[in-house]
Amino acid sequence: MSARAETLAWLAQRASAAILALCVTVHLATLIVAVHEGLSAAAILGRTHGSVTWAAFYVLFVVAVSVHAPLGLRTIAAEWLSWKGRTADGACVALGIVLLVLGIRAVTAVTL
Amino acid sequence: MPAPEKLLHVSVWRGTAAGGFRSYQVPRQDAQTVLDVVTWIQRRIDASLAYRFACRVGMCGSCAMTVNGIPRWTCRTHVARVATGERLQIAPLANLPIVRDLVVDMTEFFDKWARAKGGFVPTATRRGDFARVRPDSTSRRAVDAAIECIGCAVCYAACDVIAWNPAYLGPAALNRAWTLTRDVRDGARRERLAAVAGDAGCHACHTHTLCSERCPTRLSPTLSIAGLKRTTALATLRGEL
Repeated sequence: MSARAETLAWLAQRASAAILALCVTVHLATLIVAVHEGLSAAAILGRTHGSVTWAAFYVLFVVAVSVHAPLGLRTIAAEWLSWKGRTADGACVALGIVLLVLGIRAVTAVTL
Repeated sequence: MPAPEKLLHVSVWRGTAAGGFRSYQVPRQDAQTVLDVVTWIQRRIDASLAYRFACRVGMCGSCAMTVNGIPRWTCRTHVARVATGERLQIAPLANLPIVRDLVVDMTEFFDKWARAKGGFVPTATRRGDFARVRPDSTSRRAVDAAIECIGCAVCYAACDVIAWNPAYLGPAALNRAWTLTRDVRDGARRERLAAVAGDAGCHACHTHTLCSERCPTRLSPTLSIAGLKRTTALATLRGEL
């Protein structure tokens, strides 16, 4: 990749890391509160269904994961496996798409 | 009856990459440096031992070796500070090809300075006036904080990323690029930023900070690399890269 593309990839990973730090904290805090209050799965779904706020939050979470994880794995593949270039980039894009599709599918299941 | 002579047990790397350690016993003396030990072996025990040194006062950067597993400038490293149980293990610097014994080939190290556009590109001519740079300006203070590199390659030998990614320019070359990036007299900012961006440049740094930890002149290449990351990112967003 060009210097510009590499820099953009680096920026995307840092930005997605910042979003993930926030999303993971909110997600874990929500889990702990839900468990402590003894909410059932049905009760949780009752609160998330139709909620634009939760849908927006988890879509943001999924997009951040789909950007962050492939870029990190791309670096690990290059440094530990010496796997770099177009095939590695292609595999990382494919992984990002898979994560995005599976994640959005899960978000729609609990919010729509 | 004189007190028995105290001895230092020293293992020294001999040969090329396929070589091994050889043991020597060297009289222990007060205020003895690791370079003194190597010199004693070369002059009194085995004249074929190859090693480099020049100034012996921490200015030239030629005597760096791996001492008990850690890269150090040997002329300013006292045995008392690094010997464990009167034992020393001295090896060539890591991440560079071994020429023989304690001598490494520095070609790649300095080639990377060139690849990082580490040469000053003047914008003025000899007919112009002197550039006036305020010593307390932000850019000059950033340069001053990073300029005193002696090119010893200790940071390069300490860097994990180079071991994983041999194309990585390394802390010293990137530190040099950073000083030029902040030099208001330099005219190759855009080319230099393009040279230091990417997976062989500043973005490959994992911020392990070993370069800063080991730098004998107490520079912080980590900080310089962070500056390059920031500057290249801003240049990319502005469409300059």
